[in-house]
Amino acid sequence: MKVAVIKYNAGNVQSVLYALERLGADAELTDDPEKILSADKIVFPGQGEASSAMAYLKSRGLDQIIREIKQPFLGVCLGLQLLCEHSEENDTDCLGIFPVKVKRFIPENSQEFKVPHIGWNEIENLAENPLLRDLPDPKFLYYVHSYYAELSEVTIATTHYIHDFTAILHRDNYWAIQAHPEKSSTVGEKLLSNFLSI
Amino acid sequence: MLTKRIIPCLDIKDGRTVKGVNFVQLRDAGDPVELAKIYSDEGADELVFLDITATVDKRKTLAELVTNVAKAINIPFTVGGGISTVEDVKVLLAAGADKISINSSAVKNPGVIDEMAKEFGSQCVVVAIDTRNMDGIDFVHTHGGRKPTLLKTQAWAKEVADRGAGEILLTSMDHDGTKSGFANELTAEISSALSIPVIASGGAGSMPHFKDVFTFGKADAALAASIFHFKEIPIPELKEYLIGEGISIRK
Repeated sequence: MKVAVIKYNAGNVQSVLYALERLGADAELTDDPEKILSADKIVFPGQGEASSAMAYLKSRGLDQIIREIKQPFLGVCLGLQLLCEHSEENDTDCLGIFPVKVKRFIPENSQEFKVPHIGWNEIENLAENPLLRDLPDPKFLYYVHSYYAELSEVTIATTHYIHDFTAILHRDNYWAIQAHPEKSSTVGEKLLSNFLSI
Repeated sequence: MLTKRIIPCLDIKDGRTVKGVNFVQLRDAGDPVELAKIYSDEGADELVFLDITATVDKRKTLAELVTNVAKAINIPFTVGGGISTVEDVKVLLAAGADKISINSSAVKNPGVIDEMAKEFGSQCVVVAIDTRNMDGIDFVHTHGGRKPTLLKTQAWAKEVADRGAGEILLTSMDHDGTKSGFANELTAEISSALSIPVIASGGAGSMPHFKDVFTFGKADAALAASIFHFKEIPIPELKEYLIGEGISIRK
């Protein structure tokens, strides 16, 4: 199976490639529209800052390509946030695939709640969805982020930090995970293998 | 609920895992990739690799090791030892490291923290602080804890956080290798004063020491080496114990 991993100015994409390869996928890092549009699956990873990532995507025409994709598409971490409507991070208009706003964590008590939210946290309130099929218990994922997507009607799993926020989104052929499945041990591996079999 | 992290540290010399007792006597504890895989399977939340003999010509060997580790495991890991420039970081992140840690080079040139955070994001910049108490005052030490500086630990921790460090790895040289418990008071003081996570290191000898550092020490994560390498405390047992003590831990 051909998986295109979208290449843009985002950190640590190597781990995503390795994780897909461990699952037997033929994963390639690319910003070539033709390769992206002809792949069986597309993964949109990311780690970094929203406005510079959006500017980069626009400069390469990747914003349009992402909107045109019909195959199963998975955004990860910053990838999830960029698929939303708007991010508070430098007041950035994003791709608008999900009608959801991205906000910054504001700790009520900075001793108890540090920002970024770094570490392992559980996903809860799982909807019936092919991406979430047969996940092992307990469902911990590894998070590193300062911004979160609000709860919405396209939220299919939540996580609690300070308050509930969107852990996973789904709409049409687009899915997105705020945590790093490629770094989330057996639960993350199952999420990725579920995605590959959609 | 966000969980407290258990982090085995693998000291690397010439591609092999070693652990210094008070950083002087070294014992060989095996192949890093194999050990990393075992820890990941046992439930370690994260790993740290410290290359204690990192020199310029060894950089390539370290990058190869990082690639092999990244291919083999699916939990986050940090790489440290001899990293001083943005270029060093670029190589290790491209090889598959999730975070890098810097220590002496940050003390020598604090601006490098800002540069790295700006270039790669705070989330991958860990600043390691080796501290020793001298006449009641905590001072930062460099070069594996051998060289004292005039920097006070609490002030330096605040400075690195302000400059954009994503996490602090705080090692108490007074406790390291003693197995008498972590530096809970100092860890709590620093963790409470900062809005970034603090990883406590140095002194783990028993399971209650971990409970103490997560409660009294207010640590976000605890790091240890020899007690894990020599299986004095198996990670699954440690996690069961901590869950039983009411600490939030990933099973």
